[in-house]
Amino acid sequence: MFKLTVYDRETITPLRSLMTNIGSVVAALFVISIVFLLCGVNPVYAIGKIFAGSFGSMYGFKETVTKAIPLILTGAGLTLAFRAKFWNIGAEGQILMGALMGTWVGLTWGSVLPSFLLIPLMFVAGFLGGALLGLIPAILKIKFSINEVISTLMLNYICAELITMLIVGPWKGNTRFGFPGTNNLSEAALLSVIPGSRIHYGTLMLAIVAVVILSIIVYRTRFGYEVRVIGENSEAGKYAGIDFFRTTLVIMVISGGLAGIAGIGELAGIHHYLGYPASISSGYGFTAIIVAWLAKLNPMYVLVSALFFAGILVGGDAIQISLGLPGATVQIVNGILLVFLIMGDYFLKHRVVVGFSNREHLTK
Amino acid sequence: MRKIETLEMVNISKSFQGKFANQGINLKINSGEILGLLGENGAGKTTLMNILYGLYQPDSGEIKINGKNVRITSPIDSIQQGIGMVHQHFMLIQNHSVIENIALGYYKTPFFFPKIRIHEKVVEFSRKFSFAIEPYKKVWQLSAGEQQRVEIIKALLNGADLLILDEPTSVLTPQEIKELFRILNDMKNEGHMIILISHKLDEIMDICDRVTVLQKGKIAGHADTAGMDKKSLARMMIGRDVLFNVNREPLPKGEQVLKVSNLHVLGDKGISAVKDVSFDVFANEIFGIAGVAGNGQKELAEAITGIRPVRSGTVFAGLKNITNMSPRKIYDHGVSHVPEERIKFGIAPGLFLYDNAILKQHHLKKFSRKMFLEYGRIKNHTRDLVDSYNVAAHSIEVQIRNLSGGNIQKLILGREISEKPSLLVASHPTYGLDVGATEYLREQLLKRRREGGAVLLFSEDLDEIFELCDRIAVMFQGEFTGILDSSDSEKLSDIGLMMAGSVRY
Repeated sequence: MFKLTVYDRETITPLRSLMTNIGSVVAALFVISIVFLLCGVNPVYAIGKIFAGSFGSMYGFKETVTKAIPLILTGAGLTLAFRAKFWNIGAEGQILMGALMGTWVGLTWGSVLPSFLLIPLMFVAGFLGGALLGLIPAILKIKFSINEVISTLMLNYICAELITMLIVGPWKGNTRFGFPGTNNLSEAALLSVIPGSRIHYGTLMLAIVAVVILSIIVYRTRFGYEVRVIGENSEAGKYAGIDFFRTTLVIMVISGGLAGIAGIGELAGIHHYLGYPASISSGYGFTAIIVAWLAKLNPMYVLVSALFFAGILVGGDAIQISLGLPGATVQIVNGILLVFLIMGDYFLKHRVVVGFSNREHLTK
Repeated sequence: MRKIETLEMVNISKSFQGKFANQGINLKINSGEILGLLGENGAGKTTLMNILYGLYQPDSGEIKINGKNVRITSPIDSIQQGIGMVHQHFMLIQNHSVIENIALGYYKTPFFFPKIRIHEKVVEFSRKFSFAIEPYKKVWQLSAGEQQRVEIIKALLNGADLLILDEPTSVLTPQEIKELFRILNDMKNEGHMIILISHKLDEIMDICDRVTVLQKGKIAGHADTAGMDKKSLARMMIGRDVLFNVNREPLPKGEQVLKVSNLHVLGDKGISAVKDVSFDVFANEIFGIAGVAGNGQKELAEAITGIRPVRSGTVFAGLKNITNMSPRKIYDHGVSHVPEERIKFGIAPGLFLYDNAILKQHHLKKFSRKMFLEYGRIKNHTRDLVDSYNVAAHSIEVQIRNLSGGNIQKLILGREISEKPSLLVASHPTYGLDVGATEYLREQLLKRRREGGAVLLFSEDLDEIFELCDRIAVMFQGEFTGILDSSDSEKLSDIGLMMAGSVRY
């Protein structure tokens, strides 16, 4: 009979960490292949197509970078929340809230303020929007012990419906021929892009700066230390006299705020008006959860993992078009990848030895 | 009819991660016998018994019942063979009644109306061994001794001829221990066999017929208790002589460092856990608080160190009122804390050794400039701690979870006393540590006392209390049943009764 023995690994080298992640992705691709086979598609061809579509062409790569921008910002914010074991599933709503606040600023002052004032103002408004939305579950958790998974998740729907209400009601634009959506923001409110692409480089730079600052915060500051202690052992945090309320509030201001900035990028860089919530953020807030996880909650690695998942999103679009697969295929691919990455994490932290039991020896 | 007349474990070995927990162990027990299994923490006693109970599989070796080889691959096998085990931490569901708990662990519980059958059985057993037990009480309402009796009934009901008790006295008052031993003796006379795991020499001498001593996973010896004395048993257990008395030189009483007045604190369930407690602690003193676990010691320590709110009353550190201050402020006022359950409270297991070395001090100027941590200084400080407190670690850049309990505790103690606090609150600082680490930690506490510090020591280990403390308070149900001077041997002989609340001074 098989016998599995599990040991804790004493040390985890960066190389092992990398190899485990690659192994997880390979194993996931294997299972994804089965899904493609069930759809009647040659898996090698389909997977090749995903990566060819996202990284194999200049057009595809530009799209990949474009989609990586919100994933970097949101994913980096989530690494901080997850590190403190605050399960923020509400990044999607925080992105939307950022976009909503940005729209408000853009519509109100769009024709008054010059670009160099308006755009920073929109980013600040977006940050505040996401941050304020993030504060709600933080306060509910610390003061009333309400599970943050539920509250952050439910706030997503509230935000989405709030936007829907605004775009069919008070904010409905008169240039939309009766379709829901606000009017386009004024020229001054739009982010410039790298010519020939949709890469709104201003947000991209903000995202990279955010990643660097977050890394410093987590590994070099007192606040980051407190976040790591709380996440490792909240009882020890209490014993060490860490102020949970204050720390959690700051975590969620940063995590929600970065998602809000991502919302501004999508609004002012891509769409230029506030439309249906599903078009403003097509699930970036959820994909960012996987991004943060694949990055092992290290903000620096988010740059890589965000690019990877942006590639899958773009490649998914490509196979939808070229192979006629349903849109849900990409979500299946993402889901399988997440499951395997989490499993890989277990094997990274533990050593599992398969052996044969020596029961025969006992009963001889 | 007895299922087991004799039980033998032959040449049992078991290793974890390449380290032997048990190596070539032989052990034999006959019906109507109480066998003591003696050894320090980590000597492999519990591993061996878990093998017998089917929780672990040995790497090699055989188990023989009545001379025949048996295979025990799970607790179900061992229960069917007639083996029962009472774990150190009771496996009971707190919100269920005694009857319900017993029904759950009884393999012949009928599907319909289980309580009626079980009730008869419980009454039968409690009469047979003259237990006092109320079948319809919820488990959380029972004392530790009563909970243990529920566990014993569970085992007997399943037809256990061999009963394994893992450290059964660690949570009992002296009176409850007497009662347990009476029950065990009755069972022995009925023809049951009992294996008693313990590291307490007195108990082994008191009740066991024979003793098997384990040391570092190997057999250190077998003996009849009749021909042994405590000293030679102790030598067998740790391989050298132990100091039963540490010299604690008299010191002049220093100034008052802690004054607790009329303190009231609530426990986790909102019930009063500390009731009107007042005492003071002076420099050059170790003030001990003895008592059986769960009598408010934890709540008292947490209230003094700021983790738990004070309901009423005051706590002064020196001249400063620290009542209900945050733990960090209290630390800054010179009160540091070695928490009980070191892994649960004292460290962040996944962080590095040097991160853990500053757990309560990262806000101090020496380790941070403005909002940034000074890792250079932190690492130097950690190296100093590791050197001066004998922490065995490959490097300071390993996750602290990889250290043994003793080394973690040394680091925590070093961390807490390196800043020379005026008062150290130490909760069960040597619990679960081996003799070497225990001696070392005690010596450090005495050193702190010599240097002019004060220690408030919570301990369930009376030997430790007697050895270290200048004054001793006994806690029972949230109150002090007395504060005694350690030289007052006449009153101290009543400490067991004070712990049970039947004598007050």
